[in-house]
Amino acid sequence: MGLQGSFMSNVDLTIKIAGEAGQGLQAIGGLLSRLFARKGYHVFANQVVQSRVRGGHNWFAIRIADHPVHSPSLKTDILVALDTESSCHLKELGKDSIVIFDSRQAAFPAGAGRMLDVPMAELASKAGGNKLMVNTVAASLVLGLLNFDSGEFFAFLVQSFGKKDKETGETNVKVARAGYDFARKLTPAVKTTDVSRPAGKPKMLVGGSEAVALGALTAGCQFISAYPMSPSTGIMTYLASKAELCHIVVEQSEDEVASINMAVGASFAGVRAMTASSGGGFALMIEGLSLAGMVETPIVVVLAQRPAPATGLPTRTAQEDLLFAIHAGHGEFPRVVMAPADIEGCFYATARAFNLADKYRIPVIILTDQLLADSFAAIDALHPEKIRIQRYLMAEGELGQAKDYKSFLLTPSGVSPRALPGNPYCFVAADSDEHDEYGRITEDLDEMRPRMVEKRNRKMKGLLRELKGPSWYGPRNAKEVLVGWGSTYGALKEAVDALQADGVSVALAHFEDLWPMDKRHFDFLKKVRLAVVAENNFTGQLANLITRTTGVVMDRRISKYNGLPFTAREVVDAYKDLRKKGGRR
Amino acid sequence: MRPEDLGNFETAWCPGCGNFGILDALKDALVKLDIDMHKTVFVSGIGQAAKEPQYLNCNFFNGLHGRAIPAATGIKLANKDLHVIVTSGDGDIYGEGGNHFIHAIRRNIDITVIVHDNQIYGLTKGQASPTSDLGFVTKVQPHGVINEPVHPLAMAIALGAGFVARSFSGDKAHLSSMIQQAVAFKGFSLVDVLQPCVTFNKKNNFAWYKHRIQPLPQDYDAHNKALAFEKALQWGDAIPVGVIYRDGRPAYEDACGLMAEKSILSQGPDPSKLTQILQEFF
Ligand SMILES: Cc1ncc(C[n+]2csc(CCOP(=O)(O)OP(=O)(O)O)c2C)c(N)n1
Ligand SMILES: [Mg+2]
Repeated sequence: MGLQGSFMSNVDLTIKIAGEAGQGLQAIGGLLSRLFARKGYHVFANQVVQSRVRGGHNWFAIRIADHPVHSPSLKTDILVALDTESSCHLKELGKDSIVIFDSRQAAFPAGAGRMLDVPMAELASKAGGNKLMVNTVAASLVLGLLNFDSGEFFAFLVQSFGKKDKETGETNVKVARAGYDFARKLTPAVKTTDVSRPAGKPKMLVGGSEAVALGALTAGCQFISAYPMSPSTGIMTYLASKAELCHIVVEQSEDEVASINMAVGASFAGVRAMTASSGGGFALMIEGLSLAGMVETPIVVVLAQRPAPATGLPTRTAQEDLLFAIHAGHGEFPRVVMAPADIEGCFYATARAFNLADKYRIPVIILTDQLLADSFAAIDALHPEKIRIQRYLMAEGELGQAKDYKSFLLTPSGVSPRALPGNPYCFVAADSDEHDEYGRITEDLDEMRPRMVEKRNRKMKGLLRELKGPSWYGPRNAKEVLVGWGSTYGALKEAVDALQADGVSVALAHFEDLWPMDKRHFDFLKKVRLAVVAENNFTGQLANLITRTTGVVMDRRISKYNGLPFTAREVVDAYKDLRKKGGRR
Repeated sequence: MRPEDLGNFETAWCPGCGNFGILDALKDALVKLDIDMHKTVFVSGIGQAAKEPQYLNCNFFNGLHGRAIPAATGIKLANKDLHVIVTSGDGDIYGEGGNHFIHAIRRNIDITVIVHDNQIYGLTKGQASPTSDLGFVTKVQPHGVINEPVHPLAMAIALGAGFVARSFSGDKAHLSSMIQQAVAFKGFSLVDVLQPCVTFNKKNNFAWYKHRIQPLPQDYDAHNKALAFEKALQWGDAIPVGVIYRDGRPAYEDACGLMAEKSILSQGPDPSKLTQILQEFF
């Protein structure tokens, strides 16, 4: 790993841009990530920020590799330090690592690795740029050190400033050239990886929130009402940019109670509808979630988790809301809870969520988290053509025949044929009160109430058949298993690779579909001598759920709850510690 | 449409309840408007008033307590070709749903909100509502209400509502006319209906309202905002009824280019754009 001689086949390097909020870390990070994705590299970029608009200490980490990577690395190969506080990253450096800083702008202590004190501000102004273009200098220094094709870089700059601001684009190229040439003069004295050759076909660079939004558009979602809350806001922001093109209403609601009630209303009227929030906003939605269950109106809710209770850590990551999502809502009604494993997964899970919601007339909850929402990944391609929109609505002909339409018809599957209000043949009713098959209020406790309870909950049977067991990574006959769910996938997979390299016979069982949970998906537990559950929470929510479902006590756990995602290294170390303690589970 | 097409249902209301008058007037208005019931959705929350849609042959969404307005908003935004009429209680709309009331007016969604304002929480058996008079005694407010009542009409005018009216459940012709005008109005319309609660509000009873309501004069200028405020705040010995304020401002559906031509539902999604959109990520 890391930086070695000139060209090498095994690229896996991490560039970290660190500084204050407002210094344009995202601009540099975004630029570099996009360039490497275009060059065919695998990219995983994540942002770690404080909950403030200016100042504080933030960073943007880009991991670039010639093999798939889905998690941050503990080691930093190139650190671009834009403020003094960035020295907190010195401990992540190896002896081959490089630090780029500008002592004229911010003093910086010495550390392991090569310290490159570059007059970044001066380079920018001499080349005719303004202070903001220090960002461009920083990016070009990194690209120069790595021998990234300068022509491609400059062309991309021109393209991204585009016709809108041609002049700024040209100035940026001048500034970039100054930085790039400066860096080239430093090599070969400073040894780095050479990335001049493409690593594969150009890839797309997609953020987690964007992937969810794209999945929704692919599924034909036409309505989102939401109230801003990190880390979920990116979904509606992206959708707003495509409202006209894709015929989707994006309504910023007055609160999350309104969000979900509007979305249920829109869905009742016939369009695919969703809402998104984080734990606090989701908490406010819960009566509405129960409403969706009662009026059997499909809806997709994205719950982008962040550390809680209460306001918690708004800009950090956690997996603390699994049991909350599963149990949210008064009364008993079926729902699906799924947690995509990576950014590509966000796209497909969201699209699938809409089909499941329509098929069963239920709410579907997608659990993401800050790690997924705010990360970017290079992806070969997303395939909208793999998604078939299935609405499960009554056809015009069927409606014409149905003189006596019952929106809540008692059926063996529990799912009633769905008509929309506004059709010329029948009326459609929905009641949050207990209701009869027509949807009118009833207090018939002998017949209708029990029949309706059974009908709603009967959907669970069908759902159990729909949902997937864990994905399995590693040898089929592994003697040990690491178990996880959602966004930890990348780190856990890498941890399994590293453990296997150390001779441990271990595989990863990773869950994306979490509710309803099927006992049959846990046969693997019988075949291993050690099962360890790793989660970004304190209490072990998946572990609890497994115990509840299977009766197997899952007391070997790896927990992280400081607000940061797992790195593979941490998981490996914790796993080895647990192994030393031994034990059957 | 004939009145009998709207159906005749057994209700869960107390004999003599003001809700009967409101239902009657609503039916009358629907018939006079000759509205297409298949293109109309009634939305309500929870309360005695909110049961009204259950007693009509109609499309309805009887949602959660306080949440009629956001559900109605979602329905209208999805399919603007539907008439969306909210009928709910004073507790439901001004209390639990107060925040939605505020913001729906700001949006100027083209829906009609009919508030059955009996100045009490009926279904939960007689607690003060946001419109209960000062000093009004209930089991929960044994020393009398000390909170200033909300002034829903003045509030609506202040927030920019384009159609603000008040009527009385005991005057079918007047109420029917208010409802007809409200439904015909393009934009958010509010009809606050004074309504006796025979069981729990012994103060503001039928006679109390009957003696106080005062139709606005013939030459009343509903476009005069200052005058409208004055009328909206008037309460006590004389309570003005009629269209108190009327103003023209584009409804959300027209202001939002997205659905200016066709409803979102009839436009349908356009996933074919995805191929083009995905190119932006390379
Ligand atoms: C979230 C929630 N809180 C409280 C209630 C209980 N509740 C039902 S109706 C009602 C008030 C009804 O008053 P109003 O809306 O004025 O209707 P009325 O019965 O007077 O017609 C309350 C508090 C509820 N159903 N849901
Ligand atoms: Mg009331």
